[in-house]
Amino acid sequence: MDGRQSGASENAGLSNDIRIKTDNLRVSTAGVEILKGISLEAPRGQILSIIGPAGAGKTTFLRCLNRMAELDVDLEVSGRILLDGRSVYDSNVAMLRRQVGMVFSVPIPLPMTVYENLAFGLRLNSGSRDRYDDRVEKALRAAYLWDEMKDRLNEPARNLSGGQQQRLCLARTLALEPRVLLLDEPCSGLDPISTARIEEALRQLKSDLAIILVTNNVKQAARASDRTAFFFFGELIELEPIEILFTTPRDPRTADYISGRFG
Amino acid sequence: MLERAKVVGGIFQFICILACLIIIAMLAIILGDILIHGAGSISLEFLTQAPEAGMTGGGIFPAIFGTFALVVLMTVAVIPLGVATAIYMHEYAPKRSRTVQLVRLAIQNLAGVPAIVFGLFGLGFFIEFVGRGIDHALYGGELVYGQPAIIWASLTLALLTMPTVVVATEEALRAIPQSYREVAYSLGATRWQMIRRVVLPQAVGGILTGGILAVSRGSGEVAPVMFTGAAYFLPELPGKLSDQFMELGYHVYVMTTQSPDVEATKPLLYATVLVLLSLTFLLNFSAIIIRAQIRKRLRYGR
Repeated sequence: MDGRQSGASENAGLSNDIRIKTDNLRVSTAGVEILKGISLEAPRGQILSIIGPAGAGKTTFLRCLNRMAELDVDLEVSGRILLDGRSVYDSNVAMLRRQVGMVFSVPIPLPMTVYENLAFGLRLNSGSRDRYDDRVEKALRAAYLWDEMKDRLNEPARNLSGGQQQRLCLARTLALEPRVLLLDEPCSGLDPISTARIEEALRQLKSDLAIILVTNNVKQAARASDRTAFFFFGELIELEPIEILFTTPRDPRTADYISGRFG
Repeated sequence: MLERAKVVGGIFQFICILACLIIIAMLAIILGDILIHGAGSISLEFLTQAPEAGMTGGGIFPAIFGTFALVVLMTVAVIPLGVATAIYMHEYAPKRSRTVQLVRLAIQNLAGVPAIVFGLFGLGFFIEFVGRGIDHALYGGELVYGQPAIIWASLTLALLTMPTVVVATEEALRAIPQSYREVAYSLGATRWQMIRRVVLPQAVGGILTGGILAVSRGSGEVAPVMFTGAAYFLPELPGKLSDQFMELGYHVYVMTTQSPDVEATKPLLYATVLVLLSLTFLLNFSAIIIRAQIRKRLRYGR
């Protein structure tokens, strides 16, 4: 496993900076296993995409990493999840979620201005009126949104288009300068141009971050990520660099899925 | 078939319009009657003086002031209590919690309890139990809080109107998308920060609507206050929480049932009812203005 991973990275030095690691992660609800022992690693400098049919446990997996899964009291999570080598259960959950940022499958701007959305996370640890102009601008630039937003910062965020809203959500997460970025089908409702902008932003961001991208779009996984994991009914079937997974998958289920025979 | 649907549809529409017109007509008759008979007796003197000559003369200022003070105190008590209850039930308590369902059921039942029962409860609990207890503990048994007083009347009214506030607040909380809460958590908010910065600003309109409904309800109730603090006749204004007070609704009741000279009282009665209605409208109206102001300040709220 380790050998394959270091081979996957273009830069062997980066792959040593493992940001998030799961070990035998199991999730069940009412006796049904949703995740059946997932072990994988996400280093800085890479985009790891997760594909798989509906019900594969992709979103559940993602939500375990920043302990959002705890909000659903019916879920039982076991196994180890490490952020920078430390169990995510050892740190304060609010701090953890700032370090492991998440973008949801639909854009969810909070009912405030663009600026307030971006400063929301930053202001949680300070006054609710504090200014964070530099961090806001930096986050907007990173999400390729600054030029469109610089004159609209005091507009309600819901006035933005869908693609702008999703980039706003990305920027809002980035403003906290996370160590890991989780994206749950971030482009599922977006047009190709908005999708391309988000993918481009992710490519630029990965040098500082470990990125995990759950996607229903096999083409997006092949296009925008470095490695791809195929999930199938709670199991990690295979995890390979895209050049391998999309050309010579080991498992027939992977082959069927990426060729569009099911899912 | 289409013809028949058209006819039935027409009849249904007619019935709906008719029902609406009947209600408007009734309201117009009631208000018109009160206005015509009451407006003549309203004067500056009537609004600023105390009653005289066994309720057949003078004004009703103590009752206006008393009602106003009563409703303000009630609001101060019921909003925090009701809002906190609703927030606990919707934001803190575990989903599908048995306790919460029981509390919710109890609150719904509370809304159906007759007002007079609240009055008796207030007498038994607040005055006899709490009030006497305070007197024994702090005043060496001297009668201060262990008797009808404006504080007990407003707390009794607060209990009566609490279901309104709780239901309205829960409704407002339920209308806030769950995804907002998730986003707040994902950005590192604690539960309190999520409630304070996302949920409450969104819910404030609904909470105030509940407050408005509570004010409307509370300002017109007689039964809960007649045992707990409203005085038959009291020219002095209440100056402390342990004072009794006059109340417009109770004053109407007294003038209707206890007047020595019914004919002489009648114009005053009409005028008092008119004032009671106007005060209710006024309280309502100011609450609506306050709500509009708060919504404007949070103009991205909804």
